[in-house]
Order: sequence, then structure tokens, then C-alpha cells
Amino acid sequence: MTAIRDWKLFKENLGTQNPVFVQVLGICSTLAVTNVLKNTLVMCLGLIFVTSLSNLSLSLLRAWIPSRIRMMAEVLIIASLVIIVDICLKAYYPEISRQLGPYVGLIITNCIIMGRAEAVALTSPPRTALIDGISSGIGYSYVLLLIACCRELLGTGGIWGARLLGQSWTNWSIMVMAPGGFFVLAVFIWIVKGWIMRPATEKAEA
Amino acid sequence: MQELGFFAILFSAVFTNNILLTNYLGMCSFLGCSREIKTALGLGSAVIFVTAATSVINWLVYAFILVPLDLVYLRFIVFIVVIAAFVQLVEMIIERVSEPLYNALGIFLPLITVNCAILGVSLFMVIREYTFTQAAGYGLGSGAGWALAIVAMAGIRQRLAQRSRIPRGLEGPGIALIIAGTMALAFMGFNGMINLN
Repeated sequence: MTAIRDWKLFKENLGTQNPVFVQVLGICSTLAVTNVLKNTLVMCLGLIFVTSLSNLSLSLLRAWIPSRIRMMAEVLIIASLVIIVDICLKAYYPEISRQLGPYVGLIITNCIIMGRAEAVALTSPPRTALIDGISSGIGYSYVLLLIACCRELLGTGGIWGARLLGQSWTNWSIMVMAPGGFFVLAVFIWIVKGWIMRPATEKAEA
Repeated sequence: MQELGFFAILFSAVFTNNILLTNYLGMCSFLGCSREIKTALGLGSAVIFVTAATSVINWLVYAFILVPLDLVYLRFIVFIVVIAAFVQLVEMIIERVSEPLYNALGIFLPLITVNCAILGVSLFMVIREYTFTQAAGYGLGSGAGWALAIVAMAGIRQRLAQRSRIPRGLEGPGIALIIAGTMALAFMGFNGMINLN
């Protein structure tokens, strides 16, 4: 029984309740690095690590956290996890860590992590909280990875540094600059809301 | 880098390196609270104030406490705690001192703690090794740039809501992102005047 419920939660976080499409939450810290696929992947892995573990630990601690200072407790736990990510990156991938710069630290203020902590971790048992953390992290990551693929392909003519489009391809350099990120995300939201989610919303309205 | 003074940094943080339009920081509240100019103005002024103050405080904390004690790796926790504490303090002071100001700004203050732009300013300032005056200029300028962007956005969205037909899938965040993209394009016109890197 619980397995079915967990699976449902998992699917909802990836699909109909996907935080990026439904609420456009949490894109701040990661959209900036989506012009290179490799950096995006590192950020997303960091984010999944932080969301799942912060959800788990907050859920374990929820009986002892007074509700008045819960925000502070959430932020402290999240910040400690982000420090772990930052130190690991610095130790093993110094080059990527230098490129990402301050954005690793900005995972702390990613709204999704706080939102999940508030909405799920403080009210559910550890198992549900962990699954929710992992699935919302993955749901968020695959959208950003798709965006990164589009931006890198259109902007540089290749993915992961390897050139895919022929020499005749003219780079859309606007795609790797700031406005490109806004446009690509807008188009993604348009496609998802207008085409994939339309049957669901029409049914709800009828 | 060192030769840029207070005003040069301030100017470039507002126009050429707008924290929202080139670094995407503070997007959540930017998309959520930009439907009306009045709300946008309130949130914008709160952000200016908090960014300017916390960038200075965090610079002092970083230079005089974290670096001497060799605790630089703790900066994320320290910065976010300073920001949260400062916001809480300001909220209490405003509540006591001026009721109209509290009604105008108060409701936005809790939102600000998790605004990425504020933490982002503190982190950028450390990575770019700004001096004290540069950090102050950068903080003030980034706050002002963010406020400028959100107020402009709210103006555009108010007009849009009155008189244009938007495809259904684009309503809400979709069209807001397209506007933001267009604004980012427009702001790229300022590039080349002064550049921060």
C-alpha cells in the first residue's frame, strides 16, 4: 500500500506537480549555469543531494523543532549540506567549482528546497520525505538538463564540448547569454502547459 | 578591477550587470510579485535596503572574522544567518517605529530572506574580492537594479493584462519569462560601457 502511494508521489513530482512548470519555483540558482550542460549536471546532482538529505533530516528532527524557529533550522541544515557539496566539488572538480562560482552557494536559497521542507518534510514520516525530496529534485533536474541541452546545442553547435552540428551551423550566441535562458524556459513552459497539460486542465474545468 | 570606484560599480550593477537579468538571481519573487506596480515598488525598496546593508555587514564579517579565523568555508552559513537576523531586526524596528512603513514593507521582509539576489550579492562580492567601498556600491547597485527590473516588469504586465490576448499556455509565468528575456536583451545594449567580471 505504502509502495503504491510512494510511487504516485514520485510520479506526480516528475509530471503534473513538477515544481518548474507548475510554479516556476527555484530556477534562480540553476538557470544561470544552463548554458553549459556539464555545469548544469553538477548543479542538479548537488541539488538532488541537498533536497533529499534536507528533507530526510528535517523529517527526523520534526518533533524537536519548535515551529517559531523552524525557518532558521531549515536554513541551517540546508546550508550545512550545501557546504558539503561545495567542499567536495572544490576537492575533486576544482575546475567546475571555479566556473560555477557563487552558484553552488546559492543552492541554499533555492525555493524548491525550502518549499519541500515546509510542505512535506515537517509533516511527513522520513520515508515519504526522502522519496519526495529525491523525486522533486529529479523532476527539477530533468527540465533544467533539457534546457541546458537546447541552449548549448543552439549556442555552440555541440553538446558536452563535442560538435554535433556541421560547420555550416551559425551559432546563436544569444542562446548562451542571459536572454536565451529566459526564452528557452518560456518556450518549454508554453509547450508543456499548452500541449501536454491541456487535457488535464480542460477536464478539471469541465 | 581595483580601479573601479564606488559609482562605477554602482552604475554597472544597475545597468550592465543587472543581477536579475544577467545572473537570474531573485527570479522567484520576481515572477511571483510583479503583477502590480505598487507591490513591486514595496518589494523593490525592501530589497534595495536589505541588499545594501547586508553586503556591507557581510563584508565586515568576512574580512574581520572569517578570514582571520580561517573559517572561510563557513561563509554560506554565516552569510545566510546574518541576512536572516538582519531582516528580522529590521522587521521589528519598522513595526515599532512607523506603522505605514511597516504596512508597506513589512509583509515583504520575510520573503526577502530566501531571495537569492541578496545572498548572491554577498557571494559575488567575496569571489570578486571587492574592497569595502566597492562592496557597498555593488550592494546598493544590485538592489537598485533588481528594483528597477521588477518595477518595469510590473508596469509591462499591468498593461498586458488590460489589453492583449496571450495564448493560453503562456499565461502567467510563461509570458513573464518572455518579457524578462526581452528586457535582458534591451539591457544588453548597455554592455561595453563598464564591465564587471
